[in-house]
Amino acid sequence: MLSFLQAPRQAVSSYFEGGITQDQIANLLKAIGLPVLGFLCFLLLWQFAANNIVTSLGNFPGPSEVTTQFQTLVAEHKEERANVAKKYERQKVRNEKKLAKNPDAKVKWRTYKSRTTFFDQILTSLWTVLCGFLVASFIAIPLGIIIGLSANIYSAINPIIQTLKPVSPLAWLPLVTMVVSAVYVSDNPSVSKSFLVSMITVSLCSLWPTLINTAVGVAAVPKDLVNVSQVLRLNWLTHVYKIVIPSAIPMIFTGLRLSIGIAWMVLIAAEMLAQNPGLGKFVWDEFQNGSSNSLGRIMVAILVIGFIGFLLDRIILLIQRVVSWDKSSVIR
Amino acid sequence: MSFLEISQASIEFPTPKGPFKALDNVNLHIKQGEFVSLIGHSGCGKSTVLNIIAGLYQATEGGVILEGKEVNEPGPERAVVFQNHSLLPWLSAYQNVELAVKQVFKKTKTKQEMKDWIEHNLELVHMEHAMHKRPDEISGGMKQRVGIARALAMQPKVLLMDEPFGALDALTRAHLQDSVMEIQEKLGNTIIMITHDVDEAVLLSDRIVMMTNGPAATIGEILTIDLERPRDRLALADDKQYNDYRTEVLRFLYEKQRKVEPISNAQKKSNIDKKSQVA
Repeated sequence: MLSFLQAPRQAVSSYFEGGITQDQIANLLKAIGLPVLGFLCFLLLWQFAANNIVTSLGNFPGPSEVTTQFQTLVAEHKEERANVAKKYERQKVRNEKKLAKNPDAKVKWRTYKSRTTFFDQILTSLWTVLCGFLVASFIAIPLGIIIGLSANIYSAINPIIQTLKPVSPLAWLPLVTMVVSAVYVSDNPSVSKSFLVSMITVSLCSLWPTLINTAVGVAAVPKDLVNVSQVLRLNWLTHVYKIVIPSAIPMIFTGLRLSIGIAWMVLIAAEMLAQNPGLGKFVWDEFQNGSSNSLGRIMVAILVIGFIGFLLDRIILLIQRVVSWDKSSVIR
Repeated sequence: MSFLEISQASIEFPTPKGPFKALDNVNLHIKQGEFVSLIGHSGCGKSTVLNIIAGLYQATEGGVILEGKEVNEPGPERAVVFQNHSLLPWLSAYQNVELAVKQVFKKTKTKQEMKDWIEHNLELVHMEHAMHKRPDEISGGMKQRVGIARALAMQPKVLLMDEPFGALDALTRAHLQDSVMEIQEKLGNTIIMITHDVDEAVLLSDRIVMMTNGPAATIGEILTIDLERPRDRLALADDKQYNDYRTEVLRFLYEKQRKVEPISNAQKKSNIDKKSQVA
């Protein structure tokens, strides 16, 4: 998204600095025009395909249907919030009246929960994926550094990593559910079990790319730099901090980007299967509803899932731009 | 007892076909303040000798004694200038030297003293103008200058240089050779340099150590270069003595230690002989 925003920004700024040249106009057209053209073509194809697919719930949702459903979802969300606000307003009026009559009267202040809307589900999913991804990264990066530094530990652990890596999240899910139910017993739980199950499943599946890429990046620190470190007699911690981590940063971020993509995909699947709150549950519920609006609403969810996945990747990229010393490397 | 002593050093590397003896019985005594070059064909184990002195390799037999102490690990008192500069690409020239200075002088120098010392060493190699540039922003010759500054800043007892100018173009190389001569004149460092450039060896060294071909390479001959310092490359170009030294090294390399690859195919062998004559 950024690269596609930056190109026109450059074109626009140079437009303001000097006069307009033919080249600049051509660049501007290219930078803005081509993505727009691609998008329009996509919409046309989509509409065409949608018109030709008929399901038991009506036509496959085209762009217009999806737009309508999106607006409905926004409206539902606003309505729900307004309802809750009204309830609080009424409670306030009611209680104030009571207190005016008799200052010693006991009044109840209730909290009202709104029904979970589409946007609540998005937030739940985002929060879960963030926690799962952070947990995975906090395990994978240090472990990757240790594995990468020692060829012996690498040989010992590599077969385990390679075996666990390709396991589908759906296979982990039953186990994680049972273990969380058994271990996480609390009368007053601070987080819900479903959140923990989703989060742990996400972590289990998304830590591998970061782990492997960190280990490979660390193992690939140039021999010359290791020699420099030895001649300087850097201690282990300084060696890791000054030589190993900066050298492995590009690989670590490659791993993190792969991991966040996997984390997001895994989360949606886990939410669908385990009926844990989130976007996955939204899709599943709509599928079970089977109303004439369902397909459109599912399509909205799919587009939102895709867009969020894209944003997450770009956020990691942004962090890499800030953190990495190698600004010249091509980051896509 | 000499300042630096390499005594009966041999080294074997394990290979799948059994141990490979790279060096055999290397003996060398070096005086303080001496400039010694190691010259030989590629693959003859020059770098291995340097790595043993640096402590990066351990000799299988024999070893190295510096000021009466055995060398068995790398350390800043034997600073190395690596062939391809080996600067940390994420640090500026200043920060690269700083890493070394902080490590060596963290207990003995104050912050200000360290700063002055870093700047002093960068000035010594004429890099004060690009102190805060990163390695990818400066030329190959400048990177190697920073590499030398980093090594000098450790105030080493011995400065080890592993083909320090090998990757540079001829003009830059000449320039850096002059810099090194100038610095050694000023500081009186003990320097061991590896090279395969005959002119460089004769111009810079007090003694040239010529290595035989491997496997089991050892010291073939040692040539003492008795030319007055400071040396001027232009004046020396026509100097008879200089050219005699040069010829002597060339004769060692191309007559006594001509590199003949053991290839069974007679056809190939004659081709290689032709090539080595050309070289």
